Amino acid sequence: MADFVIETPKGKWEIVCGLEIHCQIISKSKIYSGASTEFGAEVNEHVSFVDAGMPGMLPTLNKYCVHQAVKTGLGLRAKINKYSNFARKNYFYADLPQGYQITQFKYPIVGEGRVDIDLPDGSVKAIGIERMHIEQDAGKSIHDIDPKKTFIDLNRAGVGLMEIVTKPDFSAPAEAGAFLKKLRSILRYIGTCDGNMDEGSMRCDVNVSVRPQGTDELRTRCEMKNVNSIKFVMQAIENEARRQIEVYENGGVVIQETRHFDPVSGQTKVMRKKEFAHDYRYFPEPDLAPLVLDDEYIEKVKRELPELPDEKKERFVSKLGLTPYDAIVICENKETADFFEKAAAGHDAKKVANWLMGDFFAMLNEKKLELKDSPVSAENLGRLVELVSQNVINGKTAKDVFAIMAETGENPEKIVEEKGLKQVTDTSAIEAVIDEVLAANPDNAAAYRNGKQGLFGWFVGQVMKASKGKANPGLVNELLKKKLG
Amino acid sequence: MSDLTKLTVAEARDGLRKREFSSVELTKAYISKMEESRRLNAYVTETPEHALEQAAVADEKYRNGIAGELEGIPMGIKDLFCTKGIRTTACSHILDNFVPPYESTVTSKLLQAGVTVLGKLNMDEFAMGGSNETSCFGPAINPWKAKGSDADLVPGGSSGGSAAAVAAEMCAAATGTDTGGSIRQPAAFCGVTGIKPTYGRCSRYGIIAFASSLDQAGPIAKDVRDCAALLKVMSGYDAKDSTSAKVNVPDFEAVLGQDIRGLKIGIPREYRPEGLNEEIAACWDKGIAMLRDRGAEIVDISLPHTKYALAVYYIIAPAEASSNLARYDGIRYGLRVPGEHLDDLYINTRSEGFGAEVKRRIMIGTYVLSAGYYDAYYLKAQKVRRLIRNDFLEAFKKCDIILTPTAPTGAFALGDKSMKDNPINMWLNDVFTVSVNLAGLPAISLPAGVSGQGLPLGLQLIGRAFDEETVLKTAYALEKDVHFVRK
Repeated sequence: MADFVIETPKGKWEIVCGLEIHCQIISKSKIYSGASTEFGAEVNEHVSFVDAGMPGMLPTLNKYCVHQAVKTGLGLRAKINKYSNFARKNYFYADLPQGYQITQFKYPIVGEGRVDIDLPDGSVKAIGIERMHIEQDAGKSIHDIDPKKTFIDLNRAGVGLMEIVTKPDFSAPAEAGAFLKKLRSILRYIGTCDGNMDEGSMRCDVNVSVRPQGTDELRTRCEMKNVNSIKFVMQAIENEARRQIEVYENGGVVIQETRHFDPVSGQTKVMRKKEFAHDYRYFPEPDLAPLVLDDEYIEKVKRELPELPDEKKERFVSKLGLTPYDAIVICENKETADFFEKAAAGHDAKKVANWLMGDFFAMLNEKKLELKDSPVSAENLGRLVELVSQNVINGKTAKDVFAIMAETGENPEKIVEEKGLKQVTDTSAIEAVIDEVLAANPDNAAAYRNGKQGLFGWFVGQVMKASKGKANPGLVNELLKKKLG
Repeated sequence: MSDLTKLTVAEARDGLRKREFSSVELTKAYISKMEESRRLNAYVTETPEHALEQAAVADEKYRNGIAGELEGIPMGIKDLFCTKGIRTTACSHILDNFVPPYESTVTSKLLQAGVTVLGKLNMDEFAMGGSNETSCFGPAINPWKAKGSDADLVPGGSSGGSAAAVAAEMCAAATGTDTGGSIRQPAAFCGVTGIKPTYGRCSRYGIIAFASSLDQAGPIAKDVRDCAALLKVMSGYDAKDSTSAKVNVPDFEAVLGQDIRGLKIGIPREYRPEGLNEEIAACWDKGIAMLRDRGAEIVDISLPHTKYALAVYYIIAPAEASSNLARYDGIRYGLRVPGEHLDDLYINTRSEGFGAEVKRRIMIGTYVLSAGYYDAYYLKAQKVRRLIRNDFLEAFKKCDIILTPTAPTGAFALGDKSMKDNPINMWLNDVFTVSVNLAGLPAISLPAGVSGQGLPLGLQLIGRAFDEETVLKTAYALEKDVHFVRK
């Protein structure tokens, strides 16, 4: 991808950016207690004594959350650390009942890894993963019910999170966007996080610094917490970079601080300066033993991994003949990829892909339907493509058949049969139609023969129209040429 | 039958089984002792009606032949154990209205075995102290008095109420917890017996945490046999405490009376510093002689890092405490002192809710964990902690059990000025006990003599991890020779 450069009258700048993503672990119960993680419960309904930080209560590690973390680590092509431990991050806040968050600090469960992102120009860039650790979420403070009071909902307190930290490998907002899409895709494939940024189950902190183009210095960075959509992340990176450039170009220095991205203005505002930063007083959590995993366990989890988006994309390109672009689009979402594979089974995969990405998606969009609610089944889409491949119907008829399928959900073979839409491939029948058309338009026939070659297409159209679209277009072409001489 | 309170747990258990008396009678006897001895301030919450109800159930169970192991034995519970429906305060103003909706694992096991609960026992606030004087309910008082003096003495701490109540026969036995000596030192001061088992032997679930990597529950009782019987019930793996150990719980009483001939008793030379109290030294020597006379072999051992134990302890314990006590913030339960903003609410609540010693330790703990100090204090302390543990591992290659004094002095006066003026003097009380917690080992304190002032002195036996059996059988042998007369 072409380098992303911000150019001002005073100079050219490039961006250095890294992300920290908090992903809610898909798990029935919380990471250190047996309480449910079910979404949409009544306020404070899913709160155990442990979650509420009651005296004498102790955390116990939810093994399923560990399983999910290892799976995620493998999905990020990362090193799984056989030894990791837990640490307390100490700070006071009303929705943090224990007064500390149980997280991992020096020894995270997942080490360095890599995610390949697909850039708009078709190139691929590797983004380094620094580490991933598991921790508990805090509760929610609700400030807008009463002007003087804050209300606390602890349903979320203790829900398991995976915090993924990337290397500062992003040099353009679009790269961060592509990464988040890819990460979400991987997490959904392996079923460890639903990746819904708007619901907060995936939350992104963005670290940005800038430097003069072509240098390799690392300047002071600013962090923007909880940016909650891919679009906003990209905006936040660009606008924060521009802000920093302006500071430097006006002779100032960027101060390390936490900033807040305001989606309405698109600008970032200071939240907390470094001198007011918390001293979290991390120390090893004495209530939990270190987490020790063996090769056998890791191998077992590895065997449970589904085919990941990159592998699937590669297979669709090399085995099924899809273009890389089509494969990327189809593989982004596992449900789409599965639907496609089902539809393409035994048929021309490339044509199925064209149909899927063309008329099929257009139909879903128009009807505002999710893939799982599609009236056209994967099998029927495959059958439709097959009917065209077998010259049973032509492309134009196929579109009409598809429209009927979208309304009725019926099998295209049945529709073609019932409506008598089978293509006419009988040469004498087509010749008869051609003769009729020529007889009805002697002037044009003469004009063509006198060199007005452009009229050929008009004649094809007339013949097709007269055959009610059922004539095989190839044959029409061939026979017309002969008849017109 | 007022003599019922003289019985040990084992004797009372036998009497109940033989139906010589009922649990209701036994419980009533203890209730009247509690009433008589209220000036000792051993209980902070009394639950006589509750105990009598339980006693009636116990008697019914005896009649039906389904009595538990400790059915109908009246106990006092240190106020650090959460007891369902019974106020549990850790003797802190910040929790003085707290009634837990759950029961600690250790007290659940005791209830399951049939004990009746007379009430909650006084202690140092959040178990931080060595004299019970940091309790927000005022100190418990030692039933012992120095010869020719009427001055009140401290019962030791932090389980001061437990030791005082057992010594004054206000309960048949009590639970205690021990983070740096909080079972053993008060047991020594009050002339009773207390065992801190191996870290991980008893579940910490439902025990209000002071220093998580050091805290252990254990019994304080009239003698070694009672400790063995109670420990058996209190012990065992608990899935709710990740640090509890998956090891079998032996029948600790079964080893009592076993021969100790040939047992190697280690005597750590570093525990006899220049200027050790002569009476303490003499008591220790007497203990050594008794064990030798019983055929044990006395071995000189070295625990070279002992001299750092107090310093290490007073970094690690406050560090963990500073974090463990963060939850007392006035938001969800306990004391709340309102304030304009959230920070004010925290400051007001914690300023008013915590006492001076607790605040001191929170500050020390916060300091040693702070950025820039962590490596020099907490991390260094953890490294030395490992060295201290290694000392014991080395020593146990040469001996089977270690004998030391429990505390450097006997009970001292309430409000002792030298301790008040300099908290370090109070902390020095833990000098013989803290290294055991740092190493996670089991240790018992039993009365081994009286001072010239007529006050009890204790000896401590330290065993290998999960070898409480050797600790108990050696203590039992020593107890036989000491002939200590309880208060």
